[in-house]
Amino acid sequence: MHEMSLVEGIRSIVIDQAAAHGFTRVTRLRLEVGRFAGVEKPALSFAWDVAMRGSPAEEAELEIIDLPGQALCFDCGTTVEIADRLDPCPLCGGGKLLPQGGDEMRIKDMEVL
Amino acid sequence: MCTVCGCHDVPVFDAKPAAKSATAPFANVLASNIAPKPDHHHYGQGPAGVSVPGLSQARLIEVETAVLSKNDALAEGNRRVLSALNVLALNLVSSPGSGKTTLLCKTIEALGDTPLAVIEGDQQTSNDAERIRATGARALQINTGKGCHLDAEMVGRAIDTLRPRPDSILFIENVGNLVCPAGFDLGEFAKVAILSVTEGEDKPLKYPDMFTASRLAILTKVDLAPHCDVDLDLYEANLRRVNPQIEILKLSSRTGEGMAAWLAWLKAQMGDHP
Repeated sequence: MHEMSLVEGIRSIVIDQAAAHGFTRVTRLRLEVGRFAGVEKPALSFAWDVAMRGSPAEEAELEIIDLPGQALCFDCGTTVEIADRLDPCPLCGGGKLLPQGGDEMRIKDMEVL
Repeated sequence: MCTVCGCHDVPVFDAKPAAKSATAPFANVLASNIAPKPDHHHYGQGPAGVSVPGLSQARLIEVETAVLSKNDALAEGNRRVLSALNVLALNLVSSPGSGKTTLLCKTIEALGDTPLAVIEGDQQTSNDAERIRATGARALQINTGKGCHLDAEMVGRAIDTLRPRPDSILFIENVGNLVCPAGFDLGEFAKVAILSVTEGEDKPLKYPDMFTASRLAILTKVDLAPHCDVDLDLYEANLRRVNPQIEILKLSSRTGEGMAAWLAWLKAQMGDHP
């Protein structure tokens, strides 16, 4: 459900861009997704096919670019990169980490006709 | 002039003409992507001003727009309206059945004549808004239908209808869901996560985003703790693990235990919020 609203957001941006740049079809769209964005990629891809019908991005390929997740460790005070939200600090092993970014969801660019 | 290297139409280096082995697809890509000179391959001159391997340059449009940018812009609009009226807006988030509405009813009774209004979000029914109205407070119900969260547009319309009074509190009870509401800014001053002791100590670990996004976590139904073999310290430790800065309150809406600290927190925010 959540992924559906995200894809609806992309659809509306695509329609705005089509009006601004005068294109009729998107063949590929690259989406940057932070590691902590809470996005389920299979759900996003499924929602993509459904939500883009009738838009310039119908049948467009969705390419997802993963962005790393950084977090501030409250034990050693260092900003570290972690793969998973609940990973301990790779430097000191501390368990209290606050994400610093990594929740991005951004359309980077699109290939259009 | 090229925005990347500063060169003009003059070739920057002499190269042999493009190899004859260039295959048809590449030839096609090159033809549309580069300056039309045989000895100068100049990338980055399409509408995007940048070259990306595999994407046809002439048709590449850089967007760099956040997917939720429309929601975020509407949320900022809500925040401006609320701020101008000095309204303290709190976005109450939790799983279904944590006791949000019960806590709100008890809070409204305890706040007495403090001006306030409530926006209720649920997929269906206006049961919650009716419960709030029964306390004498103004309430507006939003039914999201299939939707799993409130968004800034829905809340903006609700604010237009409710017209919160200056110097009041606006409680926004989000759809019961520990996932999606974390990502949707409504224009609130803070998110308040409500977690009942019967839900399990590892809830913050299972749904970290919501607790990371919240300023305050309220552990509710603490009167049930002795009957459920729960470890309240472990609840706190897990909340702090996913959000070291989170404030934590424990209360029971039923017995009134801990309500004073919650009311004091609300009063403090009324003085503090921008």
